[in-house]
Formats: sequence, structure tokens, C-alpha cells
Amino acid sequence: MAWMCTFAKSESMDKGLSNFIRSIRLKPVSIDSFTELSENVYVLSFKRLHDFLPGQVVAITTGLSIAPRLYSICSGSEETEISVLFNEKPEGELTPRLAKLKIGDSIMVSAPFGAFLGDNFPAWWIASGTGIAPFRSMIHSGLGKNNTLIHGGRTLDSFYFSAEFEKLYSDRYIRCCSQESGEGVYNGRLTHWLKEQQSLPENTNFYLCGSSEMVVEVRDILLSKGIAFERIMSEIYF
Amino acid sequence: MEKEPLFGKTPEELKVITQKLGMPNFTAKQISEWLYKNNARSFEEMTNLSKKARLLLEENYEVGVTDFSKVQASTDGTKKYLFPTQKNRFIESAYIPDAHRATLCVSSQVGCKMGCLFCMTGKQGFQAQLTAGEIINQIISLPERESLTNIVYMGMGEPFDNLEHVMRSLEIMTSEWGLGMSPRRITVSTIGVIPAMKHFLENSDCNLAVSMHTPFHEERRKLMPIENVYPIADVIRLLRSFDFGKQRRISFEYIMFAGINDTPEHVKELARLLNGMRCRINLIRFHPIPSTPLRSSNDATIEDFRAALVEKGIRTTVRASRGLDIFAACGLLSTKELVKQQALDF
Repeated sequence: MAWMCTFAKSESMDKGLSNFIRSIRLKPVSIDSFTELSENVYVLSFKRLHDFLPGQVVAITTGLSIAPRLYSICSGSEETEISVLFNEKPEGELTPRLAKLKIGDSIMVSAPFGAFLGDNFPAWWIASGTGIAPFRSMIHSGLGKNNTLIHGGRTLDSFYFSAEFEKLYSDRYIRCCSQESGEGVYNGRLTHWLKEQQSLPENTNFYLCGSSEMVVEVRDILLSKGIAFERIMSEIYF
Repeated sequence: MEKEPLFGKTPEELKVITQKLGMPNFTAKQISEWLYKNNARSFEEMTNLSKKARLLLEENYEVGVTDFSKVQASTDGTKKYLFPTQKNRFIESAYIPDAHRATLCVSSQVGCKMGCLFCMTGKQGFQAQLTAGEIINQIISLPERESLTNIVYMGMGEPFDNLEHVMRSLEIMTSEWGLGMSPRRITVSTIGVIPAMKHFLENSDCNLAVSMHTPFHEERRKLMPIENVYPIADVIRLLRSFDFGKQRRISFEYIMFAGINDTPEHVKELARLLNGMRCRINLIRFHPIPSTPLRSSNDATIEDFRAALVEKGIRTTVRASRGLDIFAACGLLSTKELVKQQALDF
């Protein structure tokens, strides 16, 4: 059944993957909105010039002398703007420049691409930090209404968009905070929360998005609990 | 304060430094020769520099050549070297001698971000990029350096996730002023980071190995997360757009997983995907890592797979597993045990 499901998905993905070379061509766009969600974490938005599939990424740079980086789209596929979530890394080359941008400034952006795509097959979505972005795009595109969303962060202010997720997912929205305590928040790493689960649902896919450390550790936990590797889809901050 | 190392810098960069220190222009060339031709490990050894120049360099810089801190020897002659890098981190390199050549497998990163399901390095996460000096140091500090015939970037890390320093290390290895190695003796292995791979193909003459492991998109993205953004079909499309001439080699690495990627359908799809390409497929036995759901295909299946690909006109070899008893074989390099409690949390 899962195999059938993935083949069905593969056909729809071809659209998203076709002609990758074309997709890395960068075009200038103007920033329409720019919001600081928490310390050093921002959402920037610009006009949507292409259709995309929820879960896809765009390559972004501030200028052609700076190597573009890939960012998951965090807005819905029918929205008029594309939004991305990014974390300013002081030692980085691009994000300190992105963090200084203002509304009306120009950035270079590729067409959306990528195959970490959501569908309506039952799934657990597991993210750390800004890895929540593709799942928000899937939610805003009408996918995964009955899914479970698990988000790990170091501090309580790292649960970006939590108000909208709480409203939509209630007790299927699990926040795991490793360094602070808060009401309705599991106090510990999301890997601890996963280990504590007596059983995991059958006939469910598992989508992981975040740092390689999180993805590798969570994948090992899922495998140790009997989840087949074919059911685990991973997106890593490359 | 840590001093900046000079090892790993090009003559142009050394010239900027010597000018800053008020030294004559030719000093840069002299330093370069000491670093890359004469194996100097201290400024004191650079005897054709004035004493004042040596003192000035000593005050402001370090040579940056580091000895290995541990070596393990396999019963098959393979040796695994542990090298310290910046901030008390460690990398491994594997020296693999055989009857006709001696290959060094170098690392390009401390750890790796790519998270491939079958790789031990991926399990330790990513700690740091290696500098060009740290990459070349694995060669220059190898006791068997004089016997080396080939270098492969197949150790820890994804080379094209550290493009700047990997390209610089290739320049140092292949330049007349550097180690003077032939690019035909050097192979860079990648999982297919397309933009960086394109840059490499346009700017280097070294050989390329692509870790494919399956020709099917759906299957590959569950083994290798990179497939989500840089699919193998696009990697091959890009390779087809380059003229590799007769000397430069393209190969595809293919780890054999029992019941997963060793079927006749895989042979058929590989033949379709690589049709007409001058390339080689290198079949590799899977060396199991902790908590893996994967198993290696057996020798008979690997041989049948090889024969079927050869029949389709694809040059195919089976790589000998070397250094298995010291965890130096393909996909097993790791310094996870030496990674101190990380600040990184999630």
C-alpha cells in the first residue's frame, strides 16, 4: 500500500523536478514583507512568480557574488506571496546580509524545486527549529489536517507559528523544548519524547526536517521502534 | 590567540602576507617552496629566509602542518590515520596500498550533513569544514607519502559541501608550485550537489565519482536525502552536457543492498540512464553500521549484477573491501566517539 502511495506521489513530483537546471536561474524580486519572529529568526516574503508544490525550496541570495542557499517555502501554494523562514547565523555569509534587508529591497530567487512533498496520506511531521517551514507550507496548502506535528526547539520562543498550529492541531501539536519549561510544552528534546512513546502508529509516513543531527537521531529512533525506512522522508539543512 | 596557518595558502595569498610584513616579494615564493616542495614543518627550517623574516613569521603565523595522532593497521595492509584539526576535532584518512598503486582516501569535513542512511560518518552529524591546509596535511603528513599514487576524496564529509577549500586543495595538489600531482590521479567523490559539481567540472581536470546507489528517484530519496533537492536524473543530465575527453574519468559508486537495489529492474534502469555515457560503475559491498535496516547483497548477487551490467555495455567493477577490521572501509570512517558534548541542541 505504501509503495503504491509513493509511486502515485512520484508522478505528481515529476512536475516539480523537471528541468532542474532551469530552476537554479535566479531572478530579482522585491521584498514585500519582513518580520522578526524571535531573536535572529525572520520571515521574508516576496511576490509568487511561479506555482510550487508544498514542501519545495527556493535558492536565495542577496547578490551574485554570494553563493545562494536553499530555503523551504513556509507559505501556502495558493497564496500570492512566497515566504521563507531563516535563522541568522552570525558566522554565515548570507544570513547576516538577509537579516539587514528592508521592505522594497531586492534579492535573487530561483524558481521553486524539490521533492520533499506533502500529500494526504497519514503522516507524522517532525521538525526542529526552522525545519517547521515545509510543514507550515503543507498546512497552508490544505494538506495533512489529521497529521501529528512535533516541533523541537531549544527555547520557548523557537516555536514559530505556534498560535496557528495550536488552533488547528490541538493535542496533535507537540512542542518539545530542550532548555526551558512552559505550559503545554514537553520539557526535553523531541528525541526523548519520541523514545517515551510506547508505540508508533501503523500505516503512517514520517517526515523529518531540520539539522542533520536531528534527522539522523530521529531516524534511528524510528527504525528502532520498527518503522520501515521506506516510510521515512528526510529533508536536511544542506 | 591561535595563529593563522600558512600551509594551504597559494603563492598569491602568501605574497599578500609577506608584503604586509614588509618582506621582499620573492619571499612568498621561497615560503611556498618550503611548504609544498621541501616539507618544512617549522619556520626555523626555512634557512634561505633571513633570521629576521623567520622571527617575524613565527610571531604572527604558524606553519600549520600537523602530525597524525593515531594509526591503526589492518591485516590487509590498509592503515587508518587520525589527524587533529582546529578546536580539538579529529578526522580520519585511509591509506590503501595494493600491488600496483597506493591510494589515500582523504576527508574534506569533520562529520557530514548529508545524512545518508547507510553511512557511519553521517551518524556523527556535522562539526566543521576542513581548510585546504587540513585537507593537504593528510597527504603531506602521511608516512607513506612517497609511495602514494592516487588520492580520492572519499573520506569523511561531502567535498562539494566545502567547495572553496576543496577547490583550493586541488589547486595546491596539481600546481607546479604545489605538490605537482597529475589531476588524473585524483578523484573527487560527491553525492551530487549540482551547483558545486558544475563549478568543479568547469574549473578542474580531476576525476569525478558520483555516489548513485540506485537509479530510482523514490528509492534514492529514502536512502539519500539530497535526492529531494538534487535528483540523480539531473546530476546525469548535467554530466552529459560536459565533454570529458579521453583522460578524465567519471564513475558511479553503487553500494549493493540486499533486496533493495540489486534487481534486474535496477540493471535495466541503470542501462537506460547511462546509455552512451563513457563511465564506469563501481559496485561496493555494504559494510553494516549500527541500527541500520540495510544488509549487503551477497557475493553471488553482486557478481550477477556486475555481469548483467557488462552485458548491457557498461564497464563495471567490484571494489575490494579493504580495512574492514579497523573500520577503515567505505562508509565506516567516523570520529563520533571523539566529538565532545556538542553545544548544538534541538
